[in-house]
Amino acid sequence: MFRIDPVIRSLLVLLACLVALFAFLLGGRFFSFANLQSMAFQLPELGILAVAMMVTMMTGGINLSIITTANLAGITAAFCITRLAGADASSGAVLGITAIAFASAMVVSALVGAANGFVVAHLGVSAILATLGTTTVLEGIGVLITRGSVISGFPDAVLFIGNGALFGVPVPLVIFACCALAVGVWLDRTPWGVGVRMTGSNANATAYSGVDVRRVLMKVYILSGLLCGVAALIMIARFNSARAGYGSSYLLVTVLASVLGGVNPDGGFGKVGGLVAALMVLQVIGSGLNLLGLSPHLAIALWGGILLFVIALRLLRARRAGQ
Amino acid sequence: MPNDERLSGGTRTGFAALRGEFLLAGVILLLAAVLGVKTDGFLSWSNLFDLLNSYAFVGIMAAGLLTVLISGGIDISFTATATVAQYVVASILVRCGESMGAPFGWIAIFGAAAFTGLLLGAVNGLLVHTLRVSAMIVTIATLNVFYGILIFVTRGKWLYDFPKWFADGVNVWSFTQGGATYGLSLAICALFLVLAGTAFLLNRTTLGRKIYAMGGNPEAAKRMGFNLLGLRLFVFCYMGFLAAIGAVVQAQVMQTVAPNSIVGRELEVLAAVVLGGASLAGGGGTLLGTMLGVALIAILQNGLTLLGVSSYWHQIVIGCVILSSVSATAWNARTIARKGVGIDVPD
Repeated sequence: MFRIDPVIRSLLVLLACLVALFAFLLGGRFFSFANLQSMAFQLPELGILAVAMMVTMMTGGINLSIITTANLAGITAAFCITRLAGADASSGAVLGITAIAFASAMVVSALVGAANGFVVAHLGVSAILATLGTTTVLEGIGVLITRGSVISGFPDAVLFIGNGALFGVPVPLVIFACCALAVGVWLDRTPWGVGVRMTGSNANATAYSGVDVRRVLMKVYILSGLLCGVAALIMIARFNSARAGYGSSYLLVTVLASVLGGVNPDGGFGKVGGLVAALMVLQVIGSGLNLLGLSPHLAIALWGGILLFVIALRLLRARRAGQ
Repeated sequence: MPNDERLSGGTRTGFAALRGEFLLAGVILLLAAVLGVKTDGFLSWSNLFDLLNSYAFVGIMAAGLLTVLISGGIDISFTATATVAQYVVASILVRCGESMGAPFGWIAIFGAAAFTGLLLGAVNGLLVHTLRVSAMIVTIATLNVFYGILIFVTRGKWLYDFPKWFADGVNVWSFTQGGATYGLSLAICALFLVLAGTAFLLNRTTLGRKIYAMGGNPEAAKRMGFNLLGLRLFVFCYMGFLAAIGAVVQAQVMQTVAPNSIVGRELEVLAAVVLGGASLAGGGGTLLGTMLGVALIAILQNGLTLLGVSSYWHQIVIGCVILSSVSATAWNARTIARKGVGIDVPD
């Protein structure tokens, strides 16, 4: 039997209400191809970063360094591309250089993830403090490499990742779908995924039941880093540039999206499907208010308000179920 | 494994309990000695007063954040509270600052700021208590709500051109060196008043000890008959109040109110407090440690500038200091836990 998770169901109801509201206020404009496509281009960036945040929150941790990791990976890729590829490079050479650049971005993000994992799992530092420390260092390194300026000007092959479409579906959305699906399967269908949830529920009990908690945590933070690397590639391709400091306002929003999507901040619970539904809710609010000509800051305020509202509803439901 | 942190600090008394603070003070003294030898400007009164002036608001907010951390909570939204308070104060100043004059003006703006801070703090306290979700999540949400609404209403305009009495500030005592005047400015006086008040609250009042007790073990505090709602309301209101006071101080030093001057720096203040030995698990932390944490970051930044180190390196150095400090603390707690729980019995 196929049964929908109650968290996802309530988010889908909320989403339907919001879509109906905006359809009423905006008429056909909300469903125009241009709006749907702009939503599909905007969602993946935040989405992949939110998945990177979510996997660490599942273990009861948090990764405050996702944005700086992504920026450092983006800067690495941009640095490789602009330094190695001259204006007269052949198209084959450009492709090769792009591949090297992407690979080095992924290596950097995996290394950052491993560093976070080592400090959290092996030194026993709480995730907030560990990733707060690394984020400060990473931002410094990013600013040091770029001297605070912007690296820009990429070949078309790179820009395609951020702005192209396959059969009408934006490439970033395809990448996001692949990431979300892969992480979802890993979390729900593999022993490692079970270990992640168990670690989040009770790390000591998990260790006593024979699971190598440190290994689980290392993998979680490396995966989180790699996802930041993927997000970085989309970000630099969309902006056609890389800089330390891009997307810093996304950091707290990814926490918000994860919790809205049903991830328990104390660890143990959460589904990728819930996160995707939560991201759609946030995106619909953002795009809808934008079409209404209202400030994006009002959307940010509404995101916070909706999270508090949903938490209150869940509390009420849990109380009623308990009676 | 948050329990380890509590076991390592809670049972020691006297000098042993302040081991972390001694270490931090030693590092600061060493740093100051090196900087004093290597640079001309570091060990001068003017540099000291400049440092105090520019870091006063960080110190004030750190005192508030420490109180929340001790109670077992956390507040990420205080930067938004501070910015809201700044806009309230700035609009009063721009609208009717000239006509108010100095003494009444100060009372009015501090009163308005304090009211704003207490109000937003109460919202946080109520939500954290009733929603039963970690304070971090609730305050991330309220940060977005407060800040989003503020920028929507004010359109993120910069405010400046304040009346003369606000630009002059308050100088309790001053001296002139090399053509510039230094002294006990508004920022420095506010910092010392806040420190004295917070030290008294945490160490000499029942309320302060209750805050430590609640952070150490909320369930036990509840069974003792403590009013948890009241205590939570108090700590979040106190945080909001100090954020607002710090905001006025910062606005007075900068003479401009901008939407992005404080928001985004919440983790920086948190880093300073944690560097000072406060535990995120609650129940632990001292005001002395917090101030040493703020001082270390201030002196590092100031010293690197005076040494002529490119500012690109500053963050890397500070980040490494934070990382090594939290790693050392965690490693220590782990080894103590491995040896078994030790309880020092005072003679």
